[in-house]
Amino acid sequence: MATSTLPKSESLKPQPVEAPTKADWTQPRAMAIPKEGYFQLQNGRYGPLYPRTPACHGFTIIAKIKPGREEMIRAYGKTIENAIGELPDALATLKLHYLRWVLFDIGKDTYFMYQGIFDTDFDKYTEDAVALFKQVGVNTVFENLEGFPEDWKTNVPAFVKFVREHQCPSFLEYGEYPYVTADEIKKALKLKAAFSDMLDLMQ
Amino acid sequence: MGILEQLPGIPGVLIEPADGRSSLELDDIQHFLMSRPPARAARYEFLTFSSAAGGRAWLTGLIDKVGTAKTVGANVADARWVTVGFTWNGLRALGLSDASLATFPEEFRQGMAARADILGVTGKNHPDHWVGGLANRNLHAIVILFARDVTERERCRLEHEKYLQQCKGVELLSALDLEAIPPFDYAHEHFGYRDRLSQPVIEGTGAEPTPGSGPPIKAGEFFLGYPDEEGSPGGLPQPETLSRNGSYVAYLRMEEHVGAFRDFLQEHGKTPEGQEWVAAKLMGRWRSGAPLVLTPEQDDPELGADYSRNNDFNFATMDPHGYGCPLGSHIRRMNPRDTAANMNRRKMIRRGGTYGPELPEGAPDDGVERGIAAFVGCASLVRQFEFAMNVWANDPNFHELGNERDPVLGTQDGSYDLTIPKRPIRKKIRGIPAFTTIRGGAYFFLPGIKALHYLVNEGKGG
Repeated sequence: MATSTLPKSESLKPQPVEAPTKADWTQPRAMAIPKEGYFQLQNGRYGPLYPRTPACHGFTIIAKIKPGREEMIRAYGKTIENAIGELPDALATLKLHYLRWVLFDIGKDTYFMYQGIFDTDFDKYTEDAVALFKQVGVNTVFENLEGFPEDWKTNVPAFVKFVREHQCPSFLEYGEYPYVTADEIKKALKLKAAFSDMLDLMQ
Repeated sequence: MGILEQLPGIPGVLIEPADGRSSLELDDIQHFLMSRPPARAARYEFLTFSSAAGGRAWLTGLIDKVGTAKTVGANVADARWVTVGFTWNGLRALGLSDASLATFPEEFRQGMAARADILGVTGKNHPDHWVGGLANRNLHAIVILFARDVTERERCRLEHEKYLQQCKGVELLSALDLEAIPPFDYAHEHFGYRDRLSQPVIEGTGAEPTPGSGPPIKAGEFFLGYPDEEGSPGGLPQPETLSRNGSYVAYLRMEEHVGAFRDFLQEHGKTPEGQEWVAAKLMGRWRSGAPLVLTPEQDDPELGADYSRNNDFNFATMDPHGYGCPLGSHIRRMNPRDTAANMNRRKMIRRGGTYGPELPEGAPDDGVERGIAAFVGCASLVRQFEFAMNVWANDPNFHELGNERDPVLGTQDGSYDLTIPKRPIRKKIRGIPAFTTIRGGAYFFLPGIKALHYLVNEGKGG
């Protein structure tokens, strides 16, 4: 029977995927993460889920670029800058804090590192992310990576497989103000600005 | 989720385009997701094949009974309201080649029981507790029969029983009989909510969406082989003959604990009006169907029954904070409308009905199992059905709520809450009990008619 091989749930709630932590933003936190990238295997729709750490959710994708494509990839930095300039909310769905794109050499090969820090579990919104990548042109960067599936636009599972195969999980993450979402930060800054305006008006 | 009887005047039912042509191959698509025959009874039979040849012989005799989208529902008196579908194990048991089997998507190959944790179907909902053999690897096929009434269903049941006796190598694992519950003049389920208020309309069928339901959705979101909302999808099962005009359906047998539901309403609503208010806040609509976004303070049954108005609302601009329709209510999760990205990629077609006797108002719970046994039809189980279960129904942090799940469909064990935004102070109900229990489920592939013939012929040599 299929059921006999299924893991039995100890309780109705999902097992925690991270070491128990108190989400207190005033206490800086560090988290050492096992080699697999998670503490306890919990599968999402496309594979293992990675934990939320003091530095939020995120991924680090490292892949070799196709020979001679470095300038093309660099040029796309400007394209993204312009795209966000014209449409600042273009990436809102991804709930990002930061993106970092890096090119570096190992021997004769050039590698691309895509590091994203965000507030949602990537597995949940994978399809939305793929759709968004197409809209803002991130695809062009990916298409210059070796092994990237040619039919990625119409084959989300193939895209996800590539991302997961090139994901390098962190073994340490640190947050000076841990477990705070970008939305919470924006709300707090908005409140601060409103408060500051109010004080100015009261002078 | 739907009940069975046809409702006159509900848009969304197949209408042939005026020029008589359609971009869809209606004569090859099973009618199930396309048209809704006027049925008040149904029977689902779950089958297993102990021999490939036996399975193919059985299917050979059944193909002509399967109604197509062309004939059923298009004002043609075709009463072949039979649908047939297969699990991945079933396709294998019929003798489909390994090369072809490997082209089906991962989630379908694994099956629903193996994906239960991903769906959030845990605890009392877990496949360990399922009935009818649905979690077993030897669940191979389903035959769905819709019938005008119970008499007709019984006639068909006996006919199939007789046919099965002639077929060696095909056995009945279990079956479920369904009947609409009174009153029959509108679609509703055991808790008393009006149903079928929000169904996608498929582009190319000629049907008109109701106001507020958005534009028709590309056929490729529901049927393989057609362009979907993103273009022409790749990675379809091979050969093309097998996948073209097919769909995936996720089946869920969901028991409804009517006694527990009514007790909850009484506990949290002191007056009958207060109880209706609580019921409405769980669902996002009054039980009449009237949406809370449009009528937040009191029920409006006339609005609930008016298909030109009862789906004509959004959340982001009309009720951003959920003062009408709570952020965690059922309809806000199952159809977030303008509060989610790429909604056209998440649409699903629901079919099914109620089973078990109605529990009369005021009667104590009799312990008899009753509920909804429904199908969700789509082109991608992982992108459409599993997303809805994983991200919308069972993610405790949906809309940043923190500790809530869908109060109707979500897996509940008394440890989750429901926040009801209210002025001046919100109401938080802690410890939502389980009003429903998943008693079974499975992923099936509903092949097109040509694909059924392919399945019959393909394995013969081997």
